[in-house]
Amino acid sequence: MLVLHDVRVFYGAIQAVKGVSLEVREHELVTIVGANGAGKTTTLRTISGIYRPQTGSITFEGKNLAALASHEIVSLGISQAPEGRQIFGSLSVRDNLALGATRRRDRAGIAQDLEYVYSLFPVLGERLNQSGGTLSGGEQQMLAIARALMAKPRLLLLDEPSLGLAPMLVNRIFAVISRLKETGVTILLVEQNARKALEIADRAYVMETGRVILTGDARDLAANPEIEKAYLGG
Amino acid sequence: MSGAEFGQQFINALSLGSIYALVAIGLAMVFSILRLINFAHGEALMIGAVFAVLFAERGLPWPVWTLLAVAVTVLGGLIVERVAYRPLRGAPDVTLLLTSLGVSIGLQNGALLTFGSQPRAFPTPEPLLGQILLPGAVQISRVNLVTVLTAISLMVVLTWFVTRTQTGIAMRATAENAMAARLMGININTVIVVAFLLGAALAGVAALLWGARVGRVEYSMGFIPVLKAFVATVIGGFGSIPGAVLGAYILGFGEIFLVALLPDSLTSYRDAFIFSALILILLFRPQGILGSTEPEKI
Repeated sequence: MLVLHDVRVFYGAIQAVKGVSLEVREHELVTIVGANGAGKTTTLRTISGIYRPQTGSITFEGKNLAALASHEIVSLGISQAPEGRQIFGSLSVRDNLALGATRRRDRAGIAQDLEYVYSLFPVLGERLNQSGGTLSGGEQQMLAIARALMAKPRLLLLDEPSLGLAPMLVNRIFAVISRLKETGVTILLVEQNARKALEIADRAYVMETGRVILTGDARDLAANPEIEKAYLGG
Repeated sequence: MSGAEFGQQFINALSLGSIYALVAIGLAMVFSILRLINFAHGEALMIGAVFAVLFAERGLPWPVWTLLAVAVTVLGGLIVERVAYRPLRGAPDVTLLLTSLGVSIGLQNGALLTFGSQPRAFPTPEPLLGQILLPGAVQISRVNLVTVLTAISLMVVLTWFVTRTQTGIAMRATAENAMAARLMGININTVIVVAFLLGAALAGVAALLWGARVGRVEYSMGFIPVLKAFVATVIGGFGSIPGAVLGAYILGFGEIFLVALLPDSLTSYRDAFIFSALILILLFRPQGILGSTEPEKI
């Protein structure tokens, strides 16, 4: 479904991603784990068209994403809940959710998906008129995921959804991610919390300083002693 | 000051503040999205007034030439965005600022060459001439009344637009966080074009009201209003539309009542007082009255 081949991304003179190749197949939950600064977020933002790859190719169902503007990429069915949530703090929860559906024109479908995200995150339904900035960190993360779901994505990109959340909330967020996978959404999950991510993922890529250094079945990687030592604190 | 005199000055201040507000909204809107202080915005006002004169000289009836003048101003705003600013997307803020100064100088000189250096009389439409007598012997000019009513109606429509329409909400989202807006599928170029379109339309209307107020039209007439609108947006908090409006009215009232209250020997120092007040406000609230200092949440 999504294929990255030898993607390199520069910030000015600094190379943040140094030739990443990866693949996400339909209905899979794939995770990219790795330490801070490994290039995970840059990779995800490049898929969404925020950054441009200098070399390499990114294709989604055969279409070349590197040639498209970010809003066209959303139209193809790829949406993202970015790192740090980045909800619109001055806008109401309702407006935040409506903006998630920017590229859609099917009113009935949008209304249906609103009901669906309220069922996933009932607290959002209670806070519709509140401004996003007044929500707690956990609620903001739920809003960020719900907002990305309003685009009705076939590929959902999640960037560090557990960042800065209390353990109980982390568990809730991961439970929702597993549930989303069961509904058939393909998911690419970037996480520093490697243990949690490997628990729910099908396959995983391990990144370090801009490169993929390991890849494989999530269960195998979780059992790999080297991974355990480097990323799982074992 | 007598009650009647106060009433007159009050309406006059409201009218001046309204024009500053119409110009300031365009500055604030473009700044909030592009981080561009668009000094060429004053030339939008000049172009509107110049074309109003040109169309009126052709003998067109005033409802037609006013609309045409606003339409030309909008077109000018869109052309400037496309030709001067869009190629600089992603360039440093200071590059954009210098470009806007360049556009401003270029447009002024273009007007100087074609329209001439001599001011021409603004063809204020017949129904706007004269005074209205309100109860309590308050005399107000029709121009002031129309200015206040027009500006307030436009601001009501704009408020509806930015809070109730999908495009308006997308504009506010883009101003707050452009990257997140792009991830939502918002087309940033569309948002920028809409901001320039609305800003130029308001400047076009302001051009007509300013023309009727000062009575004359010349190539350099955009400078003072854009400078005052800039001060208004700084007082209110740069990038905040409600702040820009608030700042504009503070400025309008400050100017009018300073002149009314100061002894005659000091009225020529009006702008010195105004700009000193600006410095004071910025010393105590560098972010402006309604500006936010809140760092972006991470």
